[in-house]
Amino acid sequence: MLSSTARRGTAAVLLSAAVLTVLSACGAAPDKTAAGADGKNKTQPGAATSVADFGGLEGLVAAAEKEGELNVIALPADWANYGEIQKAFAAKYPKVKIKAENPDASSADEIAAVKSRKGQTRAPDVLDLGIAFARSGAAENLFAPYKVTAWDQIPAAQKDADARWYNDYGGYVSIGCDAARIPNCPQSFADLAKPEYKGKVALNGNPTKSGSAFGGVYAAALANKGSFADIQPGIDFFGRLKKSGNFIPVESTPATVEKGETPISIDWDYLNAGYAEQFKGKGVDWKVAIPTDGVYAQYYSQAINKDAPHPAASRLWMEFLYSTEGQNLWLKGFARPVLLPAMTQAGTVDKEAVTKLPQVQGTPAFPASTELDKAKATLAEKWDKALS
Amino acid sequence: MSASTTIPPTTGTAGGSTTRRRRRGPRTWLAALPLLVFTGLCFGVPLGAIAFGAVTRTDPVSGATEATGEHLARSLQGPYLGSLIGSVQLSGLTALVAGVLGVLIAQAVVTSPSRALRGATLTASGVLANFGGVPLAFAFIATVGISGVVTQLADLTGLGWNLYSFTGLTVVYLYFLTPLMVLVTVPALDGLRPQWREAAQNNGASGWQFWRHVGLPVLAPSLLGGFVLLFGTAFAAHATAAALVGGSVPLVTLKIADALSGNVLTGQENVALALGLDMIVIAGLVMAVYLPLQRRSARWLR
Repeated sequence: MLSSTARRGTAAVLLSAAVLTVLSACGAAPDKTAAGADGKNKTQPGAATSVADFGGLEGLVAAAEKEGELNVIALPADWANYGEIQKAFAAKYPKVKIKAENPDASSADEIAAVKSRKGQTRAPDVLDLGIAFARSGAAENLFAPYKVTAWDQIPAAQKDADARWYNDYGGYVSIGCDAARIPNCPQSFADLAKPEYKGKVALNGNPTKSGSAFGGVYAAALANKGSFADIQPGIDFFGRLKKSGNFIPVESTPATVEKGETPISIDWDYLNAGYAEQFKGKGVDWKVAIPTDGVYAQYYSQAINKDAPHPAASRLWMEFLYSTEGQNLWLKGFARPVLLPAMTQAGTVDKEAVTKLPQVQGTPAFPASTELDKAKATLAEKWDKALS
Repeated sequence: MSASTTIPPTTGTAGGSTTRRRRRGPRTWLAALPLLVFTGLCFGVPLGAIAFGAVTRTDPVSGATEATGEHLARSLQGPYLGSLIGSVQLSGLTALVAGVLGVLIAQAVVTSPSRALRGATLTASGVLANFGGVPLAFAFIATVGISGVVTQLADLTGLGWNLYSFTGLTVVYLYFLTPLMVLVTVPALDGLRPQWREAAQNNGASGWQFWRHVGLPVLAPSLLGGFVLLFGTAFAAHATAAALVGGSVPLVTLKIADALSGNVLTGQENVALALGLDMIVIAGLVMAVYLPLQRRSARWLR
């Protein structure tokens, strides 16, 4: 009896020791040797708040190349031209290898990755976030403040005053429609309720989870006498569409669009416009319309992980995204870059790409933070009931 | 995340009976130690983490943690409660229908003289019971979705068919739950000795009387065990439902996914943990009914 107890104890100790070793190995901090740019800069890359801290762009490039890697997360190749953007970055800075993980991750996944891999070499360096997550992440002190060269040209309403996040690209809620299957494409939210669209109208996912689907409900609210503070009319609108059988709960993806499963899809205009390009000549004649009765625009934001394992490379990535080249690449993917007004004024914008954008009447307005929070709370509470 | 990775439990014919008869010495505990450690690490630690997260709140800025019942309360209100009820309804209905269908198929296979039919059915069941998740959803979308092949040919939409609804989801779930029931019931039906039926016939019992007084009472706990397994499988399924119905059929697994990894709602993680805890409690309640009954049947099906 005694001996067996003793043996059990030894085994338990050995086992827990083994477990502890594994755990601590996983959590081991990386070797944080600061990369200096030829000794010219006085600041550590992780504390640099502008390219001047590296002694100019060359210094930043040298520091980034010394790190040699950049961890990105949640950048789908078929979303706002991110595939080409990554390729262009790799071509321009071949010594900085991009390590992309989980392209379909959500903003919540990104924040979770930052928190759970704090101090590890495989933590994400840069983040592409929905605005709510950019705000909450900044409040949780997860991001490093850094002013890109073009900082002053970003409109004040589109950036954090402390430069912890700033908007990058965005678009309008639009109605994509397969003209090969639908004789008359809908032009407004009011149109969508017509009986001819029975079993044809889809959103890009569940609005309590997907940012673009949320935008769709918000725009529908604006189209139905709602406001930024009152999203309920939008929820009611989709409730009616569900009852009339027009709304189908299939999450529209490139696959469902190509198959004709979602012949009418409410989504960001840059995604819908991308589908039009992608499926040309495949039996899909994808038309994009910004609904005339509910105009809603939203931008995504960029942020640098405060504990980025590659602080210089992450800052170089930001400089690239907010350069004329990077901004024009987003534009090429039908997304509207945040510097579009400034670049139009300066004449550096890709004019051909601009003409391809879906036409919008009026200027976009953005909800205040409190209005957005209220709308989300209402949506989380009421969406299920309206749709079931 | 796959809908059907659960291993069927040993129903009735378990080999546990021999060890039970043996005298329990201290060494039997030692042999179980690896299992206990494994269970403790792989189930106990996550369970502890879920329970801890469900009843505490950490302030994101200051990092201070305090106990709160807020998350559990929210998980039992409004749309979250609706999703729990929706999941229980869907799991209960699909488990019941698949259970009945599975028993009928299993009985047909067991009593059939054809060995080939038995082999084919069991192999097919083994494959189909593990066919879940997104591939299954896609197969259904391509066949009976809105622009699916069969839908177009037979004008199913005109007949009122809609894959993206509670009914549609039920049919999809039956597709992998019924084979699972066949797999778990065949050994139990095999355990019904032919001698019992002969004895009943010798005493003048009709077929119905045999099933009423001998067959079903002996099988009942095994069948209930199958039902519990199906319920659990359907209850935990996520990928199929996520790919098919998104947010329009409220299910607790979808709600957890929304809260954990979304682009819209921030700071919902603890509510997701509370929902996970609710799920564990429901699974525990179901098991609490099943285990005592299972023990009863083990007496007969050795």
